[in-house]
Amino acid sequence: MREQILKYIEKNSRVNLGELAVLLGTDEVTIANEISDMEKEKIICGYHTLIDWEKAGLDEVTALIEVRVTPQRNQGFERIAERIYNYPEVKSVYLISGAYDYLITLEGKTLLEISKFVAEKLSPIEGVLSTSTHFILRKYKDHGTILVKKEKSERVLVMP
Amino acid sequence: MRNPLSKLVTGIEPSGIRKFFDVVNEMEGAISLGVGEPDFDTPWRIREEGIYTLEKGKTFYTSNAGLKELKEEICKYLERKADVSYDYVHEVVVTVGGSEGIDIALRAMLDPGDEVLIPQPSYVSYLPCTVLAGGVPVVIPLQEKNQFRLTAEELEEAITDKTKVLVLPFPNNPTGAIMTKEDLEPIAKLVEKYDLYVISDEIYSELTYGEKHVSIASLPGMKERTVLINGFSKGFAMTGWRLGYACGPAVIIEQMLKIHQYAIMCAPTNSQYAAIEGLRNCDDEVEEMRQAYNQRRRFLVHEFKRMGLQCFEPFGAFYIFPSIQEFGMTSEEFANAFLQEEKVAVVPGTAFGKCGEGFLRISYAYSLEDLKIALERLERFITKLREQKGK
Repeated sequence: MREQILKYIEKNSRVNLGELAVLLGTDEVTIANEISDMEKEKIICGYHTLIDWEKAGLDEVTALIEVRVTPQRNQGFERIAERIYNYPEVKSVYLISGAYDYLITLEGKTLLEISKFVAEKLSPIEGVLSTSTHFILRKYKDHGTILVKKEKSERVLVMP
Repeated sequence: MRNPLSKLVTGIEPSGIRKFFDVVNEMEGAISLGVGEPDFDTPWRIREEGIYTLEKGKTFYTSNAGLKELKEEICKYLERKADVSYDYVHEVVVTVGGSEGIDIALRAMLDPGDEVLIPQPSYVSYLPCTVLAGGVPVVIPLQEKNQFRLTAEELEEAITDKTKVLVLPFPNNPTGAIMTKEDLEPIAKLVEKYDLYVISDEIYSELTYGEKHVSIASLPGMKERTVLINGFSKGFAMTGWRLGYACGPAVIIEQMLKIHQYAIMCAPTNSQYAAIEGLRNCDDEVEEMRQAYNQRRRFLVHEFKRMGLQCFEPFGAFYIFPSIQEFGMTSEEFANAFLQEEKVAVVPGTAFGKCGEGFLRISYAYSLEDLKIALERLERFITKLREQKGK
């Protein structure tokens, strides 16, 4: 049941409980209890809205930044990650395998703002060896949702 | 000038429903619950495989019965899903959709005068294909009180000494009915008793909700008497690729292959390659679609109950078949009025046989958002009908 609830609300967190109960073939109370338990257990970490900022005319600049670091004694990668993720403009921080250590998503109003952040905040952090910044030019798909326009269905209206 | 036409062909009535369909298809802004195909795009990995094989230039005929690799995968799939094993060399033919399989199975099996039992409501092609093959169609009207399943009594009553073939269309279009193992067992007994053959159209086999689909071919003694028809249109959302298959006893398949060879040559090569990918790697995609259909199904059953519209709970395909008998209109009158007043297209039950009178086929191969809009209009429409009737 949990998996089914999560799968559904991952795509649509605004669903009404009664309706979700119908779709999953259970009752409203079960759904409400499961959701509230999962909120307490931090399985559900928040409810966000997927926005196409470009369409809203408020487009921001997003950059993916690869960061190489020297892990710190006794704290491994955790301490530096914390120093980075506490900045509100940092949207995500992942520790990854491969040629570098963290992959960071950064949002800013302008290119300048992002380069300032990299030069003045990120690079000077102790243990950061190098950074490589990639600006996102266009988002085709985000959070499993395709953002580019889809063609209209060509199915005929009725057929046996 | 001589009449250029065959009496056999001109004798087949054009589907009366064609007129209604033409009206719908020309109506601007109508929303539809009338489509008999998935709303999902074919899973991307299948499409991608199709593109790749085109790039590679794999555009030649395949052998008549289909690509060896595909036939092998079909056999593995049926063993996994339907619990019946076929020999891919002699017992499988890859067809242009399930529809071709139905056609050539009937043509391979019938002599003039042989009777074919066709439970209705059911898909529209069994009856004309029987006539074209020289057979005599005998309709078994199914009952709502049996949830539109075929019962042993109904079957036995329809059997004569001319009966040769029983068409078994489950999971069913248009009713959504299924046949469980317990339902099939007494049917199988009668098939043996009266020495009949079965054409089992299992095109919706992936789409059952609750119990898994059971093929009559998996019952003892039935593989020898069954031509199993299936394909990729519904479960794999591949309608336009036109790809299906028929499996059965080598003696029947051999003759079907003969017709297929002369009439078709082979099923589309590109579709065949793409389907291999579907059978090998698309279990998750198929399951995801099934779950989406199931959610919509539950939503519709719940809404109909709330509106007080009489309807049995369907457990297969992607159709629901509510009764509109309380309104004192024919199915076609209801569908026409609903279309004119609320611009929603549904298919009258009579499109699938006379015994579909009093019912509508509503497809849930639509997004939940579309279904909600359509159901709001349906509720408004029937509320008005009930008020008029009350006066």
